[in-house]
Amino acid sequence: MHPFRKTKTHPIEVFAEQSIRVVASATILLIFLILVFVFKEATVLFFPGTNTEQTASTDVPQTSTSDSPEAYGTAAASDQPNTESRVDSYVADSSRSLHQLYVPRNADYPEIYNAETGNLPTDVAASEASTSEASGSNAAKKSLMSNLSTTTWQPVSENPKFGLWPLFIGTVKTTAVAIAIGAPLGILAAIYSAFFAPRKLRQILKPAIELLAGFPSVVLGFFCLVTIASFLQNTFGLEYRLNALVGGIGMALAVIPIVFAISEDALSAVPKTLREASLALGSSEWQTAYRVMLPAAAPGVFAAIILGIGRAFGETMIALMATGNAALADWNPLSPGRTFAATIGSEMGEVVWGSEHYGVLFLIGALLFVVSFSLNAFTELYVKQRLIKKFQGQ
Amino acid sequence: MSAPFANLKTIPRRLVGAFAVGVAATAAVAVLGLMLGMLTDIVIKGAPHTTWSFLTEFPRNSNMEGGIFPALAGTTLLVMLMTVLGVPVGTATAVYLSEYARQSSSLARMVRFAVNTLAGVPSIVFALFGVGFFIQFIGKRIDAFTGSSAFGDGSLLWCSATLAVLTLPVVIVSVEEALRAVPRELREASLALGATKWQTVWKVVIPNATSGILTGSILAVGRGAGEVAAILFVGVTYSSEVLPGAVTDKFMHLGYHLLVLSTQSPDVEAALPLQYATTIVLLALTFFLNFAAIFIRSRLRKA
Repeated sequence: MHPFRKTKTHPIEVFAEQSIRVVASATILLIFLILVFVFKEATVLFFPGTNTEQTASTDVPQTSTSDSPEAYGTAAASDQPNTESRVDSYVADSSRSLHQLYVPRNADYPEIYNAETGNLPTDVAASEASTSEASGSNAAKKSLMSNLSTTTWQPVSENPKFGLWPLFIGTVKTTAVAIAIGAPLGILAAIYSAFFAPRKLRQILKPAIELLAGFPSVVLGFFCLVTIASFLQNTFGLEYRLNALVGGIGMALAVIPIVFAISEDALSAVPKTLREASLALGSSEWQTAYRVMLPAAAPGVFAAIILGIGRAFGETMIALMATGNAALADWNPLSPGRTFAATIGSEMGEVVWGSEHYGVLFLIGALLFVVSFSLNAFTELYVKQRLIKKFQGQ
Repeated sequence: MSAPFANLKTIPRRLVGAFAVGVAATAAVAVLGLMLGMLTDIVIKGAPHTTWSFLTEFPRNSNMEGGIFPALAGTTLLVMLMTVLGVPVGTATAVYLSEYARQSSSLARMVRFAVNTLAGVPSIVFALFGVGFFIQFIGKRIDAFTGSSAFGDGSLLWCSATLAVLTLPVVIVSVEEALRAVPRELREASLALGATKWQTVWKVVIPNATSGILTGSILAVGRGAGEVAAILFVGVTYSSEVLPGAVTDKFMHLGYHLLVLSTQSPDVEAALPLQYATTIVLLALTFFLNFAAIFIRSRLRKA
């Protein structure tokens, strides 16, 4: 053989290498695709009629999952008998649609939907009597914006109201509780683990919190629903058994591992020289930790909180199971709340495909995506760069 | 001279310091205690009902009696199909990132950014993606093309595909870590012996990183097994008399079963033992997978 002959590249190799490149690029495309397809389904709202192709082909019977999420609403409501006075509109809604649920609607609803652009076919009987408000697409478009900005979320009724405000309040108050509990616990535990814990305890602490991260969120939700909710109600005599506080505690359990892991990494990554210099100057261990190491790792700790917020914001199962799910425009953390994610989770299953309600749920999904994407992009591009800069001395 | 004064000043400081350390320690112990408490509570209340017949029987009387066999089988099928769909893609992306891309290239940076962002997208958004992309876009088109109606509805296949997308970052990150752990000398030796780049990757690097690929797959399976929100309306079902016979069938899932039992069963209180037992099974499954991954990974790091 010629010692200098160049090794031949086999066509199969070229093909394999190219496909690897394509697959990698597809990952970028995937992010883009998620956004496109979640938004695409939401376009029903803005251009009624674009999705008629899909609506028309929905001859397939409603999925069998559809009988659950709405029933969930009633179950949650019956869990807290004394909330009924305040959330009666919601309960009425869910029982109504629960009733509607068993009406066979697979065969006839596409026509009904087409005839009544924008009105939910589940309310056929009601909408026959009601005045035809949803007439032209332009009028529909205008009313949509005002409908989204109302303070009532009543997707299943004669005049469906898609006010996002109560959902926003529900999401913000639950997330706030989760961060208020989860962030301090996570950061303090990280400080303790990084600087003070005896080696043996640290070796238990880290895997234990990793284990906590491995709890499926449905299990956390279940634990809150069954144990924490009862415990809080019995201890403090709360009016509502399931409320934003219970959901927030559940989410805190999901947030703590994230905050802990990222802060711990950031704190441990601070160069040892800083600590030694501080101790040499006569400051105590705590002063060093609090005044030197923590500020040095601040971007990382900040990133940890941001990612924790992102996690709580998009958490579905815990919110679905433990927050009470009543769409109240009430900032009190001790009253039930309904988060964006839980709204999708509980209503998507029984919604009529291609309807306005369907579009609104996808719009909420797009909102969740955009917010979590921005939070991640922010930490990824800004915070991490700053952290790197800081430790590498500009 | 100033020593006594310094001492006087540092006394409250030391107290504050000790107190603060105490608070931090309490926080750490509280987190630990919370987790252990949760675990013990679930195990104590569920253990008596986690019997062999519970694992192997079908549910009866609208899920109020009997076992969870179809949910267990459905979850297993789901994660198996998910692994088949997701791991090759994730491995290919990791190989690209580690072996082919220059670290400064904009494509590599964008892929990395995409992977990191994908990891932070709420799982319910993946469920919407599953409905909008897999069912409505791909499934409906397959149906229109073949004239069937099997793909345009939620199914095991679409759930697996959705979960494969969801767990992609997990696979990519851990496979890439394993690929990077393969010593440079091995690659150089292979290239020096006249192997092509592809031969080096395929015959030297990837075989040396198999445990990493395994770790990634197991972690992905652990994540996928407990994930409920992402498959909520993509094909999971409340109750099923039979096991799924085809990938286009609907199926039962442990996590979803727990959700349904704890929120929608006719008598939530009476179903509590079943709920706890289901929780134990779900936890055991995910923890077993996580421990397996940690074990393999620690061996990988030592090697």
